Amino acid sequence: MNADASAVDASVRPLELWPSVVELVGNTPLVRLRGVTAGLSDRVEVYAKLEYFNPGGSVKDRAARQILLDALERGDLADGRTLIDSTSGNTGVAYAMLGAALGVPVTLVMPSNVSQARKDIIEAYGADIIYSDPLESSDGAIRLAKRIVAEDTEGRYYYPDQYANPSNPGAHERTTAPEIWRDTAGRVTHFVAGLGTSGTIVGTSRGLKRFDPSIQVVAVEPDAGFHGLEGLKHMASSIVPPIYDRSAHDRLLPITTEDGWDAAETVARLDGLAVGWSSGASLAGALQVARELDEGVVVCIFCDHADRYIAPPRSRS
Amino acid sequence: MAILVRIPTALRKLASGAETIEVEASTVGGVLDGLREAHPDLVGQIVGTDGKVRRFVNLFANDEDIRFLDGLETTLESGDDVSIVPAIAGGR
Repeated sequence: MNADASAVDASVRPLELWPSVVELVGNTPLVRLRGVTAGLSDRVEVYAKLEYFNPGGSVKDRAARQILLDALERGDLADGRTLIDSTSGNTGVAYAMLGAALGVPVTLVMPSNVSQARKDIIEAYGADIIYSDPLESSDGAIRLAKRIVAEDTEGRYYYPDQYANPSNPGAHERTTAPEIWRDTAGRVTHFVAGLGTSGTIVGTSRGLKRFDPSIQVVAVEPDAGFHGLEGLKHMASSIVPPIYDRSAHDRLLPITTEDGWDAAETVARLDGLAVGWSSGASLAGALQVARELDEGVVVCIFCDHADRYIAPPRSRS
Repeated sequence: MAILVRIPTALRKLASGAETIEVEASTVGGVLDGLREAHPDLVGQIVGTDGKVRRFVNLFANDEDIRFLDGLETTLESGDDVSIVPAIAGGR
C-alpha cells in the first residue's frame, strides 16, 4: 500500500476484484430522499434503491441474470441456442449485456416505440432486435415472440418468457429483499415498486415478508391502459403475467402518467437523482404512502436512469 | 377529406373496439374534434383537461411526429392517416 496515507481520500475503501460483469449485478445503494420529502415528519424516512447502479443500468439485470444462470444450469441454452424474449427495453439491455458476457446469443422482440437509447445500447452488445407493432404496446411484443417461438421447428430458440419465469421473482426474493433488509438494519416498514412483469413486487415482497410479515408492500400501477409509464403495466387491461401474485402486495396504488413524470422531474431537481418515468411513478406512490404516516421507513425502487429516455437528435431517426 | 385514424390497443374499448376510424378533417386538430363527437372518452385519454395533447401521447401524421410538423395545425389530405401512440419520453 501507499506509505503516504494522506495521498488517498477516505472515500477509497478496499473493494474486491470482480470476475466478470455478471457478478456486478445487485448490491445497489439505498439513498435517503431529503428534497422531495420536505414537509414530512422527521420520523418518516424515505429511501430509493438506485437500481441504475446495476451494470446494465436497470433493475432488470437481476431477473435477467437469474433467468440466464438458471437456464444455463438446466442446459436450456446448450448447442448454441439463442435466447429470445419480449421486452419493453430494459430486460433487453440486461439480456444483451449478460448474454455477451456469458457467450449466449440473444434476440429480442420489442415494440418499435421503445426509446432509441435502448435500441442503440442493445445493438451495441451485439443482440438482434425484432420490432412489434407500437400500437399494441408490450402485449404485442409478447404475442409476436410467442408466434416466432411456435414457428421455430428447428429448436433454434430458448424462450425464457420473463413474464412466466419463476427465476424473475426469485432473483428479487434472493437479492433485492435481503439487501433492503440489510441496508435498513431491519427497519423497513413499507416497500413500494411499480408493476411491470410484477417480478420486483412479487419477489421482494416474498423475501421481505420472510424477515418481517408486517412490512407493507405497495404496488404502483398506471391509472389506465393507455399511459406513458414505460415498463409498467395496467393489469386490468393487459395480459396478466403468470408470475403475478396479487397476494404479494397489500395495496395497489394507481398513478397517472403526469404524476409519475412530475415526480421524476422533481426528484432530479431536489435530490440530484435523474430517473426514468417508472421510477417517478414508484416515487409518487412512496410519497403518497409517506404522507399518511407519522413514523416509518419507506423504500421505493428507482428502476433506471433518465439517460435511457433521452431522445437522439432528430437527424438520426 | 377522409382521414384514417389508427387506434392503439389500449384505447380500442373506448372506440367501440375499432382498430381504425375514418374521420372527415383537414388538420390533426380537426381529427380530434371529429373523434370527440362519436367517442368523447377516447379523446379524453388523448387530450388533457387543459385542452392540450397529453405530454406522453405522440400523434403521427403519415408516420411523422406532429411535434416536428405543425402540431395540431398540421394539414392533412384525403387518404392520409393519423396514429395515436403512447410516447416514450422525448418523442420516440
